[in-house]
Amino acid sequence: MKNKQLLAASILSVFAATGAQAQDLNISITNLTQGLHFTPLIVAAHNGDASMFSVATTASTELQMMAEGGDISGLDTMLMAASADIKTNPAGGLLAPAGSTETMLSTTDGNMYLSITAMMLPTNDGFVGLDSWAIPSEAGTYTIWLNAYDAGTEANDEMIVGGAGGAPGTAGIPAAPGGNGGANGTGVSDSQFNTNVHVHRGAIGDDDATAGSSDLDNRVHRWLNPVAKVTVTVQ
Amino acid sequence: MLYFKRLAPIALAGFLTACGGSSSTNGDPNANPMPVPTPDPVPTPAMEYQYQVTVTNLTNFQPLSPLALVLHETGQIWQIGQSASTMLENLAESGDNSGVMGADFVVSSASNDGILLPGMSAEVMIMTTDMMASHLSLATMLVNTNDAFTGLNAIDLSMMEVGGMMMFNPSVYDSGTEGNSEMAGTIPGPADGGEGLNAARDDVDFVAMHPGVVSADDGLSSSVLTGEHKFDNPAVSVKIVRMQ
Repeated sequence: MKNKQLLAASILSVFAATGAQAQDLNISITNLTQGLHFTPLIVAAHNGDASMFSVATTASTELQMMAEGGDISGLDTMLMAASADIKTNPAGGLLAPAGSTETMLSTTDGNMYLSITAMMLPTNDGFVGLDSWAIPSEAGTYTIWLNAYDAGTEANDEMIVGGAGGAPGTAGIPAAPGGNGGANGTGVSDSQFNTNVHVHRGAIGDDDATAGSSDLDNRVHRWLNPVAKVTVTVQ
Repeated sequence: MLYFKRLAPIALAGFLTACGGSSSTNGDPNANPMPVPTPDPVPTPAMEYQYQVTVTNLTNFQPLSPLALVLHETGQIWQIGQSASTMLENLAESGDNSGVMGADFVVSSASNDGILLPGMSAEVMIMTTDMMASHLSLATMLVNTNDAFTGLNAIDLSMMEVGGMMMFNPSVYDSGTEGNSEMAGTIPGPADGGEGLNAARDDVDFVAMHPGVVSADDGLSSSVLTGEHKFDNPAVSVKIVRMQ
């Protein structure tokens, strides 16, 4: 009982002592999926008022741009306005299935929370996300497991329509970077019940690359959470 | 002598409040420094433990049945690998939380107002004066399934200070009491409007993690569910804040 109390107390103090001061972080991000690519990542340390996304709220236009088309410029501008410390595109392009990338991030005073997002391809508006993880002040290596979210802004029709599908509000998936997408699907779902940001329910797919309801391959374009592993080393 | 007797519980109450609370068996109802909501002549300077629990539905199309939120010292709503109790079966198949809320190990219970829709949050207050009832459990059905539920299993709050916060992202469990046929007439949620509780146990009869729904879109031709009803973990997020 006594030990339990001590342990709890030390855990509390770790959480209480999140970093208000400037810190140097080494951040490693691994795509854990077998068949989904991540579009260019955006990594940011920000204050408690800013965020890239929040579950159970409507996606911002900036989040929608990222989730539907992989365009992180809107989030970048929004976070710059909030005086965040930002690293864009650490992988220098797509992060392939099972690929890893590493980046350094120096935070300034008050930017105590870490967020990360990238679109998952091929999906309509699915993204991998970390929302406002409290950066510990204590030096050490911390592991975080990330889930796949649905921005709630576009029906998951699973139709690969080319670049136009990446524009916010335009139906369809812009690309299947693995080169294993299908065509001529009739569309899986023309509606979406939950229009707030939520945990992605996964893709349906089908086994017909030239017809069927979906342009996704039901053996390849699927995943279960977690979809990414993030290792943060606080120096 | 009378004067002395009245002083002692006041001092004791002050001490206990200062060190995190307890109850004692002696004393005078007037010695309680705080108003007690129940009119019973409780002869103890009772400390109140109050928690604000916020549950957010993270699924696309799985409304959640009325929450069963309970404080207890012993007991569990479910155990992995064990046969579900009848009260859990009722909650997981029909969304009826009354059995769990009234379980013999439950000290205090609370719920929200009805169904918690996807993308929505519910905030529920739960309290007790029993310092031993320091474990919090939660259960709620994903209503567009045969017998899926999510929740929290005996979370220890005894070390939580006033103002302290804990976050959880629970996964989905299968009560194992009804086969996941997804057939018309077997699912009580709006996807079907079918049957709730069926006392027959035509499944594995132990609680395990849920394998997910298949749906007609994914090839189960007899399913009344569509791709919209699929889910991945976590199904909900739960924030617990100790208020008193």
